[in-house]
Amino acid sequence: MGKIIDCFKNQFGEGVLSAHENFGDETLVVQKEILLELLQFAKENENLKFDLLMDICGVDYLEQSPRFEVVYHLYSVSKKHRIRIKTKVSAEDCKVPSCVSLWKAADWFEREAYDMMGIHFEGHPNLKRVLLFEGFEGHPLRKDYPINKRQKIPEPLERP
Amino acid sequence: MQATSDLKTKPMYLNIGPNHPAMHGTLRVLAEIDGETIVRGVAEMGYLHRGFEKHCEVGTYTQVIPYTDRLNYISPLMNNVGYCMAVEKLIGCELPERAQIIRVIICELSRVTDHLVCIGTNVVDLGALTNFWYYFNVREKIYDFIEKICGARLTTNYVRIGGLMRDFHPEAAAELKNIIKEVGKATKQVRGLLEKNKIFIDRTAGVAAISAEEAINSGFTGPCLRAAGVDYDVRKDQPYLGYETYDFDIPIGESGDTYDRFLVRFEEMNQSFRLIEQALERLKPGPIMTNDRRVALPPKSEVYTNIEALMNHFKLIYEGVKPPPGEVYSATEAANGELGFYIVSDGGTHPYRVKCRPPCFPLYAAYPKMVQGRMIADAVAVLGSINIIAGELDR
Repeated sequence: MGKIIDCFKNQFGEGVLSAHENFGDETLVVQKEILLELLQFAKENENLKFDLLMDICGVDYLEQSPRFEVVYHLYSVSKKHRIRIKTKVSAEDCKVPSCVSLWKAADWFEREAYDMMGIHFEGHPNLKRVLLFEGFEGHPLRKDYPINKRQKIPEPLERP
Repeated sequence: MQATSDLKTKPMYLNIGPNHPAMHGTLRVLAEIDGETIVRGVAEMGYLHRGFEKHCEVGTYTQVIPYTDRLNYISPLMNNVGYCMAVEKLIGCELPERAQIIRVIICELSRVTDHLVCIGTNVVDLGALTNFWYYFNVREKIYDFIEKICGARLTTNYVRIGGLMRDFHPEAAAELKNIIKEVGKATKQVRGLLEKNKIFIDRTAGVAAISAEEAINSGFTGPCLRAAGVDYDVRKDQPYLGYETYDFDIPIGESGDTYDRFLVRFEEMNQSFRLIEQALERLKPGPIMTNDRRVALPPKSEVYTNIEALMNHFKLIYEGVKPPPGEVYSATEAANGELGFYIVSDGGTHPYRVKCRPPCFPLYAAYPKMVQGRMIADAVAVLGSINIIAGELDR
């Protein structure tokens, strides 16, 4: 296992559920409870310095339990390395802590993940749809959302 | 003048876009204004959302490639390359040398067209129409070339998993040399018109400057990050397609303002010309598709004489490429910044999940903050300089 993964394992021990380096991408699966603390560690630790949040997205594994995965891609500008951090959330308790306090970039990425996958980011200042319109029913990238489903065209808003 | 504070004022709301020539397509900003100063702004997007990621999940891996043309539609070849590289990483297939070099050429050519459009249209927003014609004339020459190699100007669909759709035509190298010369001349002329132009400097220098820390924290990549003085470029830091063997420089700015973003783009075009020239020297005849039978069709001579080859052909056409289960994130340096594809495979013939990380997304998210406290006219100048492409923003 690579140095980066070891660094996380030493710090968080049991909190890191599993890790792999398949296809050359270093990946951690972590407990939801320590996610925010781990992200902060990733950003601020001298040896890691993951200062650039590349992406946040959700993946729906409909058949599995817990059903959803929230995936963070981080990059370090100074150290030139990458990491993927994943955490699993269930459909009933579809919440993860928001990391807007660490990266401003998280703001819209989290809104998109909420919009597309219905994952709630607790502590997000303005968690509403970003790509779709207000009044859209459901979350289209969930696997149980039919590909050809139509939505009602929204009525124009009344002027206040 | 001192009486202004006694005047009763209330905030006015101005709706800019989505149907506004300066909003580059389909962006909308709701601005709270005080006189002509933007007090607060809310950016909205989604008017061009087509469900790219959902569509990817129903087609085969190869059927996603045409959709990628429609992401950043002013440099579609780069999106083709970015997506195919992610799938190749998942499958683990090697590219022949000629295919790699051609990919470098088309990537750099798209970077040039992207910057030409960005600078050309942005200076139109600032009221300088001449530069636009200088650039769009030569851009047309590049588009003629792209049309020759793949039959389309915008919807190129040129790259395939494991190689390319077809080879360059025999005169391609000579034509490219000519194009570089002409585009280089136009770049020099436009730069000469703008770089020391008092009006241009007044409109752009110091406008919406962003510090390096702020830019990194907001998730900036590409020319906008480099304008702030951070030398992050995927081509240098995590090279792909053999970029580490080419000789080129990464231009960086100092203040991260609109003026620096312009200059970084000007200089990047020159570096792209250098890259294309070097690539053309290396271009030797050879295969443009890998021999890997998991992704490439067998030659027709074998298909007609050999049952294994026939089955292979049938399977690849009927089912498509079948990568092993797993997940990859592959990043390429697109014209606007890091274009990432995160692909999850369940071992089947359809991608389980495709997430595109468009470079514009964090840029547009930071846009309202960048223009806060500035004039409406500045907001137009800034929007052009961060080069938002609605196609990849909304997907």
